[in-house]
Amino acid sequence: MFYDPRISMGMLFTLIGTILTGFGLSTRADADVYAKSMGIDANLWWGLVLLVFGIIVLTMGRRAQARLEKTNPAAIVKSEKRRRVDH
Amino acid sequence: MPTLAATDSLILLIYAFFVLAAGFSLKTAITGSGDFMQAGRAIPAWLSAMAMLGASLGSEEVLGMGAAGARYGLPSLGWFALGSIPAMLFAGLYLMPVLYGSNSDTAGSTAASQDKTTRVAPRSIPEYLGLRFDRKTRVLNALLFSAMALFSAGIALYAMGRVFVALHVFDRVARGLNLPPIGVLLLAMALPAALVLAYVLLGGLGAAMYNQALQFSIVVAGLLPVVFLGLKRIGGWSGLKTAALAHDLGQASPGSLPGGAHSMGAGAIVLVLGVGLVLGGGTWCTDFRLLQTAMAAKDVQSSRRSPIIAAAVRVFVPLVVVIPGLVAVALPTPHTTIVIHNDHGAIYHDITVVPPAAEAGTGLVPAKTGADGKPAMDADGKADLDYTMATPNVLLELLPTGLLGLGVAALLACLMAGIAASATSFSTVFTCDIFQTLAARNASDKRLLSVARWATLGGVLLIFGAACAAMRFDNMLEALMLVFAFVNAPLFAVLLLAAFWKRATGHAAFAGLIAGAVAALLHHGLALPRDARPGIDGGWIAPLIHPSSEIALCLETAIVAFLVSLLITATVSLLTKARPEDELKGLVYSMVPRPPRRANRWGRLETMAVAILIAAIAINLIFI
Repeated sequence: MFYDPRISMGMLFTLIGTILTGFGLSTRADADVYAKSMGIDANLWWGLVLLVFGIIVLTMGRRAQARLEKTNPAAIVKSEKRRRVDH
Repeated sequence: MPTLAATDSLILLIYAFFVLAAGFSLKTAITGSGDFMQAGRAIPAWLSAMAMLGASLGSEEVLGMGAAGARYGLPSLGWFALGSIPAMLFAGLYLMPVLYGSNSDTAGSTAASQDKTTRVAPRSIPEYLGLRFDRKTRVLNALLFSAMALFSAGIALYAMGRVFVALHVFDRVARGLNLPPIGVLLLAMALPAALVLAYVLLGGLGAAMYNQALQFSIVVAGLLPVVFLGLKRIGGWSGLKTAALAHDLGQASPGSLPGGAHSMGAGAIVLVLGVGLVLGGGTWCTDFRLLQTAMAAKDVQSSRRSPIIAAAVRVFVPLVVVIPGLVAVALPTPHTTIVIHNDHGAIYHDITVVPPAAEAGTGLVPAKTGADGKPAMDADGKADLDYTMATPNVLLELLPTGLLGLGVAALLACLMAGIAASATSFSTVFTCDIFQTLAARNASDKRLLSVARWATLGGVLLIFGAACAAMRFDNMLEALMLVFAFVNAPLFAVLLLAAFWKRATGHAAFAGLIAGAVAALLHHGLALPRDARPGIDGGWIAPLIHPSSEIALCLETAIVAFLVSLLITATVSLLTKARPEDELKGLVYSMVPRPPRRANRWGRLETMAVAILIAAIAINLIFI
């Protein structure tokens, strides 16, 4: 594995979750925006869900990455090392 | 009027940024053809399972499963489960050990070590056929596969491009560039294709798989709120059941739906066999676009585990993609309305204009627009519905600004996952099985890497070309299922015999592949669904057989192709000389070294597979 993809996945969902939550909070009072979703502030609630999901995945990814680098540092930088050997 | 607000576009942009970032971050890790084409064979099982799920949810699947939900109601959930779960479990338990081969060198990217391992570790399905049989089978399969992968990706690109135009996703960009209407469609197809090209060129299969995993989670994150809000809108669980019931009554023309199988008597068995065995097996056990993810796993155990983990998640996937389609039919059809209200003495007319095609539709599913710009009607005077718009229209109807951006990102994600799967698999097959076999057998690894990159570029361009061709010939969309019957069904038969029958020979496999495709062609030429005109729908030789619907025709064609191919391969095998057994080591299931079984029977893959099967059956019993 090149790097743990949960890191970027977690970052993406944390970011999207934050944006949706923020947008949901700022448009809470605006009935027009939520006419489609039957008055539910769907942005806020789904944003929070994604935020929590993102943070969990990010933490898992960082832990796995730390473990990977500790047990097998060669696996991460193998490409760079090999390139140095080539030249 | 653009439907996307600034927040929506922001979410789309962030998503696009992360997709590209995966390509750039893997750029330095790509030093050889093994890194590019097989992600260095270093992917853990859970990641390749997620990538497999992402690859299997291309745009034609997401739009198509929503369409099936709208058209056939709740039973389509069961058909999608039948068409995937058993085949995925089979692939994980019995097929992957053969296809993955033994792989002593996990790095596997230096030219020297590759030469040592290629004989037992195929890089692609055609290469497996080449090792198991001979060169002609390998090249034939490589050519057929390439044509199918590019053609179907092109059609998927066109279908999703049309959806993006209907949702006005790229209108802002198009207006900035002053594009004519046709240019908007071209832009909607070119931008996603270019994005895919960029990250695959940079990071190869690794980037494609990292992104497929990301894309799968985005698809779920974007569509789940639609499912929740949709269920709420139509009255929750009971509302869904009522809607499905009303739907069954409204559409009950006996035998025309796969869900109406119980009314078809003996046909039901054929249908179950067709969907479960041929369609499921042809997809999950033979399609290199999906299997390349499992073949890039870090070891045999991981490659076996990945389809099984994917199956466990796949049990729930139809709920997420089919229910939006059901909701689409259950919601009220939009009509042009004029509301007059009196505000402080001034009289206002609020006019909501709905296009005639949408008004002629059922629920949110619009009618197709005919050549004259009016809603298209079928022979009975009923509107000819454009079911592919079911899911996109529900997104538009239910999601507020903000979440809509995520919903559109989900559509973009599934499109890119599918195209990337086609592009990477084409690049691998072209490099290993066409270029290396026919042109330069002793090409250096550096050369292979550059050929693989050029093949990716060529593949994406051809996909774009196929999409433009689909723009001209609209009925190419309907040919998609048929391509499957021509290519995958015979290949599944050959692959089954190759992996589980030592006696199968190369000449037989070659004959079987050709016979299967010819049989499919003949069957398609002789059969015509009721109320259809001869032509692309079938019956172009002479309409002798009359299947009950288009889907039944495609299924029957696939079954015929599968059976003929099975029969011919078996017969010719018995007539030709078998390969000596010691040459087949690692290529046939009975001669693959078996890893020691785990003592704990609950930890075994077989136990997991049975549990998944039971869960799938239980869920479908609840819903249908």
